[in-house]
Amino acid sequence: MKQQKTELASRQLRKVLTTVLYHCFVIAFSFVMIYPVLWMVMGSFKSTNEIMSSDLSLLPGSFNFDNYVTGWKGFAGFSFATFFKNSLFICTVSTIGAVFSSAVVAFGFARCQFRMKKFWFSAMLLSMMLPFQVLMIPQYIMFNHFGWIGSYLPLIVPQYFGQGFFIFLNIQFIKGIPRDLDEAAKMDGLSSYGIFARIIMPLIKSSLVTSAIFSFMWRWDDFLAALLYLNKPSSYPVSLALKLFSDPSTGSDWGAMFAMASLSILPIFVIFLTMQKYLVEGIAATGIKN
Amino acid sequence: MRSGIVTGLKSDKVAAYVFVLPFIIGFTAFILFPMLMSLVFSFTRYNILTAPEFTGLDNYVKMFTDDPLFWKSFQVTMYYVVFSVPLRLLMALLVALLLARPSRLSGFYRAVLYLPSIIGSSVAVAILWKRFFASDGVFNSILSLTGLEVSIPWLGRVDTAIWTLIILSIWQFGSSMLIFLAGLKQIPQYLYEAATIDGASGWTKFWKITLPMLSPTIFFNLINQLINGFMAFTQSYIITEGKPLNSTLFYTVYMYQNSFKYSKLGYGCAMAWFMVIVVGTLTALLFITQKRWVYYETTED
Repeated sequence: MKQQKTELASRQLRKVLTTVLYHCFVIAFSFVMIYPVLWMVMGSFKSTNEIMSSDLSLLPGSFNFDNYVTGWKGFAGFSFATFFKNSLFICTVSTIGAVFSSAVVAFGFARCQFRMKKFWFSAMLLSMMLPFQVLMIPQYIMFNHFGWIGSYLPLIVPQYFGQGFFIFLNIQFIKGIPRDLDEAAKMDGLSSYGIFARIIMPLIKSSLVTSAIFSFMWRWDDFLAALLYLNKPSSYPVSLALKLFSDPSTGSDWGAMFAMASLSILPIFVIFLTMQKYLVEGIAATGIKN
Repeated sequence: MRSGIVTGLKSDKVAAYVFVLPFIIGFTAFILFPMLMSLVFSFTRYNILTAPEFTGLDNYVKMFTDDPLFWKSFQVTMYYVVFSVPLRLLMALLVALLLARPSRLSGFYRAVLYLPSIIGSSVAVAILWKRFFASDGVFNSILSLTGLEVSIPWLGRVDTAIWTLIILSIWQFGSSMLIFLAGLKQIPQYLYEAATIDGASGWTKFWKITLPMLSPTIFFNLINQLINGFMAFTQSYIITEGKPLNSTLFYTVYMYQNSFKYSKLGYGCAMAWFMVIVVGTLTALLFITQKRWVYYETTED
């Protein structure tokens, strides 16, 4: 009886110990992984001298916001207020288009019959895999013909024709909705458009949110398209502005650079923290159903 | 009543096209047409200001026989892909296995470890990387903690610069990790229970259950990361600018330079098509060989 008790106790102790060890290890590992980001964000409160000394400690000697004040002034006569406004505009308008058009197209694929459906579905999968870099030269030539260079049109317009990844995501969700619902609605006299707008759209809210988050974050980070098509500092988004801001010719004020770099990831970070659930589900959904 | 049904059917057919039309138009205008156009341009000399001039296979001949930088950038990209893709996937898998253990903090860990993926491709992180790996940067300071007093200019050396980019790529293991985690959750628990009864060790369970059951997920991640790897641009463009001695000149960066810096758009198109063929062939090969190593529990529906 006694022996049994001690055995039980030692087993429990071992369990607690492994749990503690496990958490210690994962926390240490996580810390190492995000250390570079922490170092940059904390560095934005340090003086440039402190940054250059490559002190490993995260806490600055004294917190000061001078870097933010200097950095915010931007370059070429435009402050970062302009760049943030531009980014916000591009991302919002693109995202609205991408989310809505992808939902519409997804409904077509998931619920409607039309000729060459298999072909267009394969085309959709292909468009998911085909990277922008392969298309950038001919698209540039095309948009140049349209006279769109220097405007936001090349960045925004293609978003309004459905994005493969979001179409795919929405199809998965729509397929999960019982067809009986459609049938019942049809009996009640709803057209396909009505079914889409009143039955399907409210039920795929979570995949719409997931699409919106991804779209916004990708557009926010996008650098190559902005680099290709925008030629005036007044129209630069944050990503491109940051690149020029950090060019050696503009000087090497690391403090100010770190401050603006930290600010530039802030919106992404906030979205990530608040919407984490949707992101994780979205990523998981694409990987599993393949 | 009958006419009502007929018009209903009719409008259903029309409606189908209304729904998919945006994609059909978009795909044709922004993907199919540009791809074909780029194929045509790849046989021309074209600087966008004057009309394209047909030169036959000249671009391709020059590429393969008379442009050392083309091969250099191809080789750099291959090197980057060969190391960064497997290492990133391995990292993603190991961390996913680590986080698969249910605990109250797993949501928090998942979020923290996914974060680098979210911001890793941004210009902000590129700036950070430049400072981090400088000769008087933090990375050397970390090494000095372990007793290695070095001041290696990681970004300035031919043999190390590419590795700073590979490390950056491995660091962004987050989305592959999430996909692995979802895949792990799908493995039925009873398989492990049965194996435990049979006396299988943890190691055996991993090789005989986890890995085969996870192979479709591995396959999916591999294809995705392979394409991503070949298309890496921002990192090389901002952090190293191809330096030193073109040791980090990615294929996409060289393609960009040719097209938009030297205005050789025809040449750029030829380069793009070569890349499409290389990546397409590799993807096709993976798809063909998947029967041998990817285990699908149920047949495709």
